[in-house]
Amino acid sequence: MAAEAGKIDPMHQFLVEPLFGRHLMLGGYDVSFTNSALFMVLTLGALWLFMLGGMRRELVPGRWQAAVEGFTGFIGNMLQANIGPEGRKFTPYVFSLFMFILIANLMGMIPIGVVPGLHAFTVTSHITVTGLLAILSFSIVLIVGFSRHGFHFFSLFVPHGTPVVMIPLMFVIELLSFLVRPFSLGLRLFVAMTAGHILLKVLAGFVVNGLNAGPGIAAIVSIPSFILMIGITLLELLVCAIQAYVFALLTSLYLNDAVNLH
Amino acid sequence: MDAEAAKLFGAGLAAIGLGLAALGVGNVFGQFLSAALRNPSAADSQQGRLFIGFAAAELLGLLAFVIAMILLFVA
Repeated sequence: MAAEAGKIDPMHQFLVEPLFGRHLMLGGYDVSFTNSALFMVLTLGALWLFMLGGMRRELVPGRWQAAVEGFTGFIGNMLQANIGPEGRKFTPYVFSLFMFILIANLMGMIPIGVVPGLHAFTVTSHITVTGLLAILSFSIVLIVGFSRHGFHFFSLFVPHGTPVVMIPLMFVIELLSFLVRPFSLGLRLFVAMTAGHILLKVLAGFVVNGLNAGPGIAAIVSIPSFILMIGITLLELLVCAIQAYVFALLTSLYLNDAVNLH
Repeated sequence: MDAEAAKLFGAGLAAIGLGLAALGVGNVFGQFLSAALRNPSAADSQQGRLFIGFAAAELLGLLAFVIAMILLFVA
């Protein structure tokens, strides 16, 4: 769907393109530094800066250190509540996962589009990125499950107290719902981010097209659309945080299934 | 009906699923709120389960959005 004059193109913002317009080919593979890679580096930089500021180890923490400890304590408590005392061991992975997804989501909401020619790119709006994070979580669940319990891990798929007649059917159903987990994990974050940004782009198109159509139509179309954009931006900031939390929470629940089988 | 028109029509029908998703998510939060107002001291301990329920209801609705996107931009 190409954009003609007046037609709203909500999908161009998700295009992964090399930064300075030139592709860098190396042995037949395109290894150019893309806008996606730039925003991942910015996410890493922001997270690194945030953690550096909080690692001064004062006994009475200042505000920055208290903020960092707030996040680490939040993830540690979530893991302990969902997995039990062994949950704290997974804090490095789940904390990194949560902070990366949160900061990547928020980076996509930064309004650098006011500078002509630039636009913020949401790293997690691609199924390649979110799918990989989901595969990473799922692989850790499988590795932990099989290294702790061996083949007894398959007893996870036969709930307590099922009649012997139903065990084959229950096993298949439980196995299928287990295998859907990485797909649903990655898809949830991907669609939430993509849908939010498409909605914002469509509303922004209404504002611009309304302004181009004259003062009368501008008052009726552009002003309500702009007010709606402000409200939906606030909602999207909340959704960024909720989706990061849900990803980390579900990862800790799946780890609970692997660590404590029933 | 030619293929392009049928795809747009199908995408419009898939959007109905998103309205149903709104019903589901509203149900989850509404039940939580009405129960939390009866027993406020127990509300904070169930916050994790609230978000699990929200995620599950939202995902199934967003699958309808995925169908709409596939019809519009992929097929």
